Amino acid sequence: MPSREIDRIEGTGIPVRGDNIDTDRIIPARFLKAITFDDLGDHLFEDDRAMTAEHPFSKPVYRRAHVLLVNENFGSGSSREHAPQALKRWGIEACVGGSFSEIFRGNSLAIGLACVTVTHEEIDRLMAAVERTPSTRLVLSLRDRTIEAAGRQVTVGIEGSVRDALLTGTWDATGMLVDDFDVVRGVASRIPYIRGF
Amino acid sequence: MGKTLLQKVWDLHTVRRLPTGQTQLFIGLHLVHEVTTPQAFDMLRARGITVAFPDRTFATTDHIVPTLDQGRPFQDALAEAMLSALEQNCEEFGIPFWNLDSERQGIVHVIGPELGLTQPGMTIACGDSHTSTHGALGAVALGIGTSQVRDVLASQCLPIDPLKVRRIAVNGELGAGVFAKDVVLEIIHRLGVQGGVGHAYEYGGTTVDRMSIDERLTICNMSIEGGARVGYVNPDQTTFDYLRGRPFAPAGDAFDRAVSWWRSIASDGDANYDDVVEIDAAAIEPRVTWGINPGQSVGVSEQIPSAGDAGSVAEALEFMGFTGGEPIKGTKIDVAFVGSCTNSRLSDLREAARIAKGRRVAPHVKALVVPGSRAVRAVAEREGLDQVFRDAGFEWRGAGCSMCLAMNPDRLEGREVCASSSNRNFKGRQGSPTGRTLLMSPAMVAAAAIAGEVTDVRDVLATAEAV
Repeated sequence: MPSREIDRIEGTGIPVRGDNIDTDRIIPARFLKAITFDDLGDHLFEDDRAMTAEHPFSKPVYRRAHVLLVNENFGSGSSREHAPQALKRWGIEACVGGSFSEIFRGNSLAIGLACVTVTHEEIDRLMAAVERTPSTRLVLSLRDRTIEAAGRQVTVGIEGSVRDALLTGTWDATGMLVDDFDVVRGVASRIPYIRGF
Repeated sequence: MGKTLLQKVWDLHTVRRLPTGQTQLFIGLHLVHEVTTPQAFDMLRARGITVAFPDRTFATTDHIVPTLDQGRPFQDALAEAMLSALEQNCEEFGIPFWNLDSERQGIVHVIGPELGLTQPGMTIACGDSHTSTHGALGAVALGIGTSQVRDVLASQCLPIDPLKVRRIAVNGELGAGVFAKDVVLEIIHRLGVQGGVGHAYEYGGTTVDRMSIDERLTICNMSIEGGARVGYVNPDQTTFDYLRGRPFAPAGDAFDRAVSWWRSIASDGDANYDDVVEIDAAAIEPRVTWGINPGQSVGVSEQIPSAGDAGSVAEALEFMGFTGGEPIKGTKIDVAFVGSCTNSRLSDLREAARIAKGRRVAPHVKALVVPGSRAVRAVAEREGLDQVFRDAGFEWRGAGCSMCLAMNPDRLEGREVCASSSNRNFKGRQGSPTGRTLLMSPAMVAAAAIAGEVTDVRDVLATAEAV
């Protein structure tokens, strides 16, 4: 089952400042108590938002943003896919940041949410531009590995495999993995603990 | 040039190179629990796909399990819906399931090793970041999200990019009152919470070589807190002795053949590492976290850092209510929690009981001990540890994840401070958005419960010896 091909992501941004924002903060564990992902978008950063009225996700001016701007090690901690699911359901289509935790990045790719990196200076510049003018348009091109905002274009970092998966619509990996399944069975049959000692 | 365990296991399990350039990696063991899987099973149903290797898939329930009243239906309707969904999914897809009525139920990362499901040379996946725990037996164990759970159910495979290997060599003798938990908190403090991104951590050195499997499980468990994708210890005689006789371990002659293969997949002496970090065990003291990520810890005799110019320190101090510069020792606590996949095994309970024995929990402290599995609980009760804890004023509970992440009724209230043997001190982690967590070893938790404040477990041990 091929998934949607993703190249250009365009829209306004929402900056969430701070390093090491973990997935418990993105979506607190009590909202994992559900058998669907449906209502997660409503609870994004719920506890952080309760602590400060200034949280970007509480500000109407950012409500239509598609590009999340973050700092270092975003999405650390728990492997809950609920974190990128909540972001996606809220309307986020791409995350641009200093760096991401590995599991978060993998979970994001699996649902077609692009995570790309830029330098410390560039993320600061992008955040400042969006804070100054929330209507600033951001254009991310995965094919060109660039992000453009306020007349300035910079290169973004993205693993070749992640970029390929998004561009070719193979980020939903199930189809690829079950393809030619005899090969999988063949590999399994030569693994000692599967074959039996 | 020799190979690392990671390379050998990787090569053996590689199915093919995917068009994206990633490796399609076969997963030898898939562990399933109630929180991260209901949507994965729904996706399978929606696509008309079955589970490819139900005999390599095992399920239990841990995250939402009440540790007091386990009567069904649960009082919490959402928790009940999650467990019911897992029951139905396991039945429909033919997956073995250790439910609450099974003596094998427990935290997924406790029962895997305990049952001998976890073995050297395996690739393991589970929808939980602490899957890294299983590396203690020489497995490559990956925490994954729900869509990847779907993929492993459907294909028993994961798409994955290659990892670098960092060897962390811990050498020397740990002092009395210093435990595996302190070692891993020191490692994360030194290398940072994102220091391990893109890496497997291979733990070795004379200190790790001497450690029991329980201790190695504690260290590998927190690999993810240092940002590493997996953590492992090369299998050795300790590993083989641990596995012998366990329900899912090979038996008879097959066990001996397994041992010779297990030996062969350990890293070669001349293996090439991307880098090597040396840690001096003798210099480590009992550690306590003061902040909002597991890298923010100090030795118990040290001061909490001052804000200085690091923004994340200021944010942590503000949340925790510390001014900075004060000693961590003497920090008043409200709750003490011994439990979680990091520190809820028999040896952890024994160390905590050793401190609790003949003493009393401070009157203002609520203290609970939550064994990691039904089996741990049963053995602890045979040894009389439950009575030691009860006599000291600790509550003795049923097995589960409990207050590590508070998806069951056990949680902090308001701004409570918890001395906790768990793995994460994130804001809100223990169920109250403003609750505060101090991570430490189980013995340090027990000592804090009795003193009513953070104290140095080495002083308690010294007093005990003097008497």
